[in-house]
Amino acid sequence: MTWESVIGIEVHVELSTESKMFCGCAVDFGVEPNTNVCPVCLGLPGALPVPNRRAIEWIMLIGLALNCEVTERSVFHRKNYFYADLPKGYQISQFDIPVCHDGYLDVTVDAETRRIRIERAHMEEDTGKSTHVGHGGRIHAAESTLLDFNRSGVPLVEIVSRPDIRGAAEARAYAQGLRAVIVELGVSDARLEEGSIRFDANVSIRAVGDEVLGTKVEVKNMNSFRSLERAVDYEIERQIAVVETGGELTQETRHWDEEAGVTQSMRTKEGSSDYRYFTEPDLVPMVMSAPWVDEIKQGLPELPANRRDRYSKAGLDADLAGVLSSSPAEIRAVYETATTAGANHRRAANWMVGEVTAWLRRTGTDPAELPLDGPQLAELVEIVDEGHVSSSAAKEVLEGVLSGEGQPRDVAKARDLIQISDVSALDEIVAGVLADNPEAVDSYAAGEQKVIGFLVGQVMRESQGKADPKLVNQLLREKLS
Amino acid sequence: MLHEVTIAEAGKRLRTGEVSSSDLLDAALERASRTEAQLHAYLTIDRDGAREAALVADADLEDGIDHGPLHGIPVALKDNMCTRGVETTASSQILAGYIPPYDATVTRKLREAGAVIVGKTNLDEFAMGSSTENSAYGTSYNPWDISRVPGGSSGGSAAAVAVGSAFAALGSDTGGSIRQPASLTGVVGMKPTYGTVSRYGLIAFASSLDQIGPLSRSVEDAAITLEAIWGHDPLDATSYAGDYPKPSAALSNGVSGLKVGVVKELAGDGYEPAVESAVSAMVDGLSDAGATVVKVSLPTFDIALSAYYLIAPAEASANLARFDGIRYGHRGEGATTETLMARTRAEGFGPEVIRRVLLGTYALSAGYYDAFYGQAQKVRSAIQEDFVRAYQDVDVLVSPTSPTVAFEAGARVDDPLAMYLSDICTIPSNLAGHPAISIPIGLDTQNLPIGFQVMAPALGETIMFQVASAVENLADFAERPILEEVAS
Repeated sequence: MTWESVIGIEVHVELSTESKMFCGCAVDFGVEPNTNVCPVCLGLPGALPVPNRRAIEWIMLIGLALNCEVTERSVFHRKNYFYADLPKGYQISQFDIPVCHDGYLDVTVDAETRRIRIERAHMEEDTGKSTHVGHGGRIHAAESTLLDFNRSGVPLVEIVSRPDIRGAAEARAYAQGLRAVIVELGVSDARLEEGSIRFDANVSIRAVGDEVLGTKVEVKNMNSFRSLERAVDYEIERQIAVVETGGELTQETRHWDEEAGVTQSMRTKEGSSDYRYFTEPDLVPMVMSAPWVDEIKQGLPELPANRRDRYSKAGLDADLAGVLSSSPAEIRAVYETATTAGANHRRAANWMVGEVTAWLRRTGTDPAELPLDGPQLAELVEIVDEGHVSSSAAKEVLEGVLSGEGQPRDVAKARDLIQISDVSALDEIVAGVLADNPEAVDSYAAGEQKVIGFLVGQVMRESQGKADPKLVNQLLREKLS
Repeated sequence: MLHEVTIAEAGKRLRTGEVSSSDLLDAALERASRTEAQLHAYLTIDRDGAREAALVADADLEDGIDHGPLHGIPVALKDNMCTRGVETTASSQILAGYIPPYDATVTRKLREAGAVIVGKTNLDEFAMGSSTENSAYGTSYNPWDISRVPGGSSGGSAAAVAVGSAFAALGSDTGGSIRQPASLTGVVGMKPTYGTVSRYGLIAFASSLDQIGPLSRSVEDAAITLEAIWGHDPLDATSYAGDYPKPSAALSNGVSGLKVGVVKELAGDGYEPAVESAVSAMVDGLSDAGATVVKVSLPTFDIALSAYYLIAPAEASANLARFDGIRYGHRGEGATTETLMARTRAEGFGPEVIRRVLLGTYALSAGYYDAFYGQAQKVRSAIQEDFVRAYQDVDVLVSPTSPTVAFEAGARVDDPLAMYLSDICTIPSNLAGHPAISIPIGLDTQNLPIGFQVMAPALGETIMFQVASAVENLADFAERPILEEVAS
């Protein structure tokens, strides 16, 4: 039998607003535990939540970027459960009326683009953080648990896809595409390893052609795109193996064990948990008026997918367009300014994703600190196009510019990298080389065209590499004809 | 006696220099020391804090700084309102020793108004009850007859105001918890329009119903106190942000030309004859004073109690989930988080709280939600519609506040349903979010007070107080409880 996987992904995004979702505490994790706390996010008796307007604007922004509808009147609910790091005994979340619904994200795997529908994006608050001490940090048999409520009440957006994803590679592409959108919007640090963006996958399998969905397994604890892909891949294979050996799948939550490379069943609860959702009586409904939604829409930046299309149309090949469009904003800004000033798109892009990016990595420089601006890149491209500097010498020019030695032309001069493009200056060298190599001249006359390469090389050597090879070639042909 | 004067009167004497705030405080504390052994109105008396506040109030007044009508007035707070640095328990074992790090908005506003906070009054645990017998720290008693309850859940506040150990007090009213004890102790008790008094710092019972309001010895004092504590609060997302009425300005306007509706459903079986006759005499009095009186039927009132006992426990089941022993309050022993939490709650909550948490949890459970909580919300909407319909024809609605006078302590403890019926007249206003006030109008043959309730539409405080003031004048209720003083 041929199987297909049916996958839905739930994404939690921690918003990097200045203050928490329902109180004025700072969103900042680089501080002592339990210092960014107040009566509200500690769940002290009598404290009340007041929603963060910025967070609501940001979830609208996320929804609009994912082609969602924004609900006109959205409601908060209480999701009730007991946990030590859940201070109120309920999480303020949303149930049946989320802020955003019915969107999509297009993902491309192996040149095939598919549309993954997004069911909803809703607003909620994060919990505190438990640290289990002793016995390898596992809750069972831990000696004690430390609680840090700095994260309690941080705004969280949960984005739920429809089960439209097929296969582990597409799951990864969806996750990466979604993260790229979040990064572009600037609404979250979106760091997987730190948990500011978290992906859970609902995986099931069915025989190709079946309409009915199979038993769903939720897979958690993937903290890189690679582990997401591996976990989903493993889970699909595991489910196929279970079914093909006559076994039965159970609806459960499984934990991805990165080291062992397997998913493991978490303690299964009796039945499904009942969160007893009901409308949060401490809050009034959020009303997202049409003018407000329009205002947010105006603030939407260009999204990675649109930018890739624009770059392709400007003449970049698919790979280059893809790499550049997901490069840091500062890298793209230099490219944009240079090309607006007339620089060749492909060459400008190549510099930025190639040498410039490599230099940043090599020197450990933050892109925001990049000591190269658009006009400088345009000048660099121009002096190569004009033949003043060879492609290889241009790398040295760039090095000089990045080291703060000045404008590209000045650096080229100062470093003595200007090509000899003056015919009279070259004439003499060319004449000398021809005089010194009569055999080569003869061979050329006899029809051996390729010997010209040898002669060009001799001229270059005589000029210590500064001759413009194109011009040398031209001069030699003139002299030999 | 100084402890018996109204806030309005005390304020006059303060400003003529006849008395000081410290004198008023002395009178209240002296009264407390003579009555607390019998009444147990207070859980905490903050002598030092009150003394200091009184001295500041006196010094300010001497310097010409006048914070308004509550300046220098000793008041009490129900112990479910947070007071920074002063133990706040909501009468629950689970909060024994809990000292809030912040003031409730009402506490802050009282301080800013120059009031002197005498202490924290007893209540039914988490405001769940109608007799103040559900307190983990002991029952409060009624100053008119110490074998009887003062009503609840704000029974401590009511008893303190009735006996003069505070000039006014704040209570909270979720289903009648200000008005019913006011009625049973012969004082004025008022529940404002939902959203007009901030709930920030009020330990929640049922968030969509809870509202803080004043208990006082006169209608005017209630208006004065209300105007000091209400107003928009950015810390409460349900706080009303529009214009507020000014009821204290309309007290002497009389009832001539007003239409008063007598609620047909709040009479008959279960209503004591003395209560019914006192109420109907007052209705006649209003008519004689120029009001047009009509009978009004609000059929949904018959099912209000059932809806209330689903909605309030449902919200409470979530509101009380934070008491888990992890961050504050009582902590039970347990090797796992689950047992620690379960034991904390089993040990820390009293039987009525556990009953309501279970009831609410059940009402919200998958498979029962639609039948219980969902249905109750529909009834709530129907009650609101009933009110809207009634207010097309009348300005205010009137009824008894409580079907009975104060009952014997212990009489209803084992019969929760009988206890729940105590709030039958008061619950509809909570479900609608409307204001309502109870005014004492007389005593029955056993010398127990009877209360008269005036209800008004949302933000209808001005007309409500106008009628309440007329009721007060007609009743001319001047009796005070005669409590045999026992030196403590």
